[in-house]
Amino acid sequence: VRRHTSLTWELTLLALLALHGLLAALAPPVARRWGRGVFLLCAAAPAATTVWVVTRAPSVLAGEAAVESVQWAEGLGVSVDLRLDAFGLVMVALVSGIGALIFWYAHGYFTKPRPDLGKFAGVLTAFAGSMLGLVLADNVLVLFVFWELTSITSYLLIGFEDRKAEARDAALQALLVTALGGLALLGGLVILGQAAGTYSLSAMLAEPPAGGVVTAGLLLCLVGAFTKSAQVPFHTWLPGAMAAPTPVSAYLHSATMVKAGVYLIARLAPAFAVAPVWRPLVIGVGVATMLVGGYRALRQHDLKLLLAFGTVSQLGFMIALLGAGIPKATFAGVALLIAHGAFKAAVFMVVGIVDHEAGTRDLRRLTGLHAAMPATLLVAAVATASMAGLPPLFGFISKEAALEAFLLPATDFGADMGGTLALLGVVVGSILTFAYSARFLWGAFARKRDVGGRGAAGREVVAAGDVHAPPRSFVAPAALLAGAGLVIGLAPRLVDVLVNQAALALDPRWQPQAIALWHGVNVALALTVLVVGTGAVLFAARRTVERYQALVPPLPGSYDAYQRSVRGLVAGAKRLTGVVQNGSLPTYLMVIMLTVVTLPAPFVIGLLWTPAVPEFAAHGLQTVVSVLVVAATLGAVAARRRFVAVLFLGAVGYGVAILFVIHGAPDLALTQLLVETLIVVLFVLVLRHLPDRFARTELRAYRALRGAVAIAVGLFVFAFTLVAGAARTRPSISGEYLARALPEAHGRNVVNVILVDFRALDTLGEIVVLVVAGIGIASLVTAGWLGGRGSRAEQRGAAAAHDRLEEGADR
Amino acid sequence: MRSLILEAGTRAVFHTMLLFSVYLLFAGHNFPGGGFIGGLVAAAAFVLYYIAEGPGHLRKTTRRVRPEVLLGVGILLAAAVGVAALAGGAAFLESGVIEVEVPIIGHVEASSVLVFDLGVYTIVVGLVLVILESLGAEMPS
Repeated sequence: VRRHTSLTWELTLLALLALHGLLAALAPPVARRWGRGVFLLCAAAPAATTVWVVTRAPSVLAGEAAVESVQWAEGLGVSVDLRLDAFGLVMVALVSGIGALIFWYAHGYFTKPRPDLGKFAGVLTAFAGSMLGLVLADNVLVLFVFWELTSITSYLLIGFEDRKAEARDAALQALLVTALGGLALLGGLVILGQAAGTYSLSAMLAEPPAGGVVTAGLLLCLVGAFTKSAQVPFHTWLPGAMAAPTPVSAYLHSATMVKAGVYLIARLAPAFAVAPVWRPLVIGVGVATMLVGGYRALRQHDLKLLLAFGTVSQLGFMIALLGAGIPKATFAGVALLIAHGAFKAAVFMVVGIVDHEAGTRDLRRLTGLHAAMPATLLVAAVATASMAGLPPLFGFISKEAALEAFLLPATDFGADMGGTLALLGVVVGSILTFAYSARFLWGAFARKRDVGGRGAAGREVVAAGDVHAPPRSFVAPAALLAGAGLVIGLAPRLVDVLVNQAALALDPRWQPQAIALWHGVNVALALTVLVVGTGAVLFAARRTVERYQALVPPLPGSYDAYQRSVRGLVAGAKRLTGVVQNGSLPTYLMVIMLTVVTLPAPFVIGLLWTPAVPEFAAHGLQTVVSVLVVAATLGAVAARRRFVAVLFLGAVGYGVAILFVIHGAPDLALTQLLVETLIVVLFVLVLRHLPDRFARTELRAYRALRGAVAIAVGLFVFAFTLVAGAARTRPSISGEYLARALPEAHGRNVVNVILVDFRALDTLGEIVVLVVAGIGIASLVTAGWLGGRGSRAEQRGAAAAHDRLEEGADR
Repeated sequence: MRSLILEAGTRAVFHTMLLFSVYLLFAGHNFPGGGFIGGLVAAAAFVLYYIAEGPGHLRKTTRRVRPEVLLGVGILLAAAVGVAALAGGAAFLESGVIEVEVPIIGHVEASSVLVFDLGVYTIVVGLVLVILESLGAEMPS
């Protein structure tokens, strides 16, 4: 019976991943028929995953991880190992649970038909699948592949509004930053894998390697995680990524993409936090990010941007907690991870609803919306309260747990990184969080007196009367998520086992403890009171704070640094290309020829003294033909007209073909003859584009140089042929080919058998080269002719895009 | 410039050359020939046709079958042989032979390498046609 259960396990996770891929591929054609209904179809993938994971939860939470494995690259020892443990369960619940709601929400969000909705739904599904694969992968190389897939799919999603330059820029920045981090991560994972002797994540964590190399590998992994999770100084791509449609932002900020870095650090921390630089770096960067994000969120007027900086801040918080590698902090981190996923998705959905109904997200233009959309306000209030860490919400419980973790004695955090400093940072960060949460709720819904004032001057104000209440089904996903935060807050026992087992799965040292809303009067509670009080003051004095923030010059932005490095890279590449590719064909040839002569020359000359000089000519005719070939060569060199030179070259080729015939190689000779004929004809075609006569170079020295190089190449090839002929140390394989051609390959023509059977892979490579050359010739010639006028393909593409747009508008 | 003799001569040998190229393709496994040589002969036939009739006529012929498509089809054929071998449990590109008794003709051996060779043939023809089309078209003035 047990065997049977393991068999049904075997492919379920993979099948769920494949389902994501299948629906992603189906989405574009389906969207053509169903329009936005495609989102409900695509929701099936994350929904099915969620349902399945819930049914497996009892056994996984009992400590029995689900494992699947499929051989991938056997020779490299890479197999697709999937593993679902309790922490994986938390991540899958976030990725797929929230994912299903996001699809539902997207169905309400895209009310206007647009032709590219199918593409969008497909990429979003692929994105959900990539993230799912990332949190399930047990082989670090497989994890890396999914990691990169999330980078690529998020690039497509952020740049979905590809007609807006800012969306394209934001998408490119996200891709460059996260892909750069991805490269570092690959390096880090390979170092860790080599040091550990295994690429299995669970095996690596069970017996963590140590040493200087491992520290370097960990640093690289951290760079990868920091870029992905938008940590200082790589954080700027995330606020930029809000150029994406809101469903994407809600998903990206809550459950996917940015959580990938948090996930990786959470996995690695318990095993590797003892490494020299880990704790100061991870906790330092995390706390710094928390402060920078919170500070910048306070001064935003765009509600979505406010939340985006809020996410940066919360990510720093999570990195500091889960990266500390202390059981209690890990426990608090898992709780915060769940709480954040729920409330952040909900508040982003609320922003999308406000934007959708009011047409703006600028809090200086919104006033009194609370009256128009009371249900949305309620949802927003509950979610925001969780974000601010107020009781009785889950956000409060997780923040209390976090404060308690940082109240632990400093010795738990290693020698120099005192818990006190981290605690201070977290408290200040929480104050900022409270303040920007309040600002968000106030900004979106409150009645404001100074609305339309400074900065928003001349812009239309949106008040309650201008706005319809959103349909219920549009608010429902956000309501479910916000409600989850409330229900869990009131009855934390619901997630007691989940959070404890997830913390245990990360760190076996954790001793499970009950989660409770009320821990009695203690230091953490006092700190919460302090946070709420100061945060409220900060919010109440928002005018003063804004004025003060305007006075402080902005820090040298990492966005500028990004811009400068991209510009520098492009300029550098241009300069390098200018030097290396100067456009002179003779120079290219000369470089190639000189390389051919100089690099192997020492070895060839060394061997020249021991050549077995071959027989000069076995047949009288060979001498005659050779003399003719040499004469034709000299003729080609002396020719003044290009056409004559081509004919002489053809004569050389025919002469060589005759030599092949004399040697008894009909296939070679036949090929040579045909190729020479074709070359002459095709050469003539090219000659139509060139001047009749060769240009006479004025510089005698340059001509002498070219002559010298030509002679050197000729001598070298001669010497090389002699040496190569004498270089045989093993018996030739020719005999073997002759012997095996008929019995094994059923062919009497050995040349052909070699080409298509014995060495068919070589032939395959060669014909691929032929194809590439054909495409290259066609495009070069076409590009050259159409140069000034823009290519015809481009015009066709633009026309087609225009047609598609009109078609979409008609529908 | 048109040459009547060349045109008439081309019409006489064009189809024969194509037929001969197919013969070379099939015979190649046991006698001189093969996909590459066969393809070159077929290509030479098209080059002759091009010289005799000019680019306009050739384009009428290639409008039905685009040379680029020939390139793609050729690669697909060659790769398909390799993948089919994999699917059959053999190594990539490993050859397989089917022996059939056909009435009248008798014993026939069909080898998978023939398909591979056909791919080579198609690519060579396609490549020369691509060059003829792009380099041989009338120059825009």
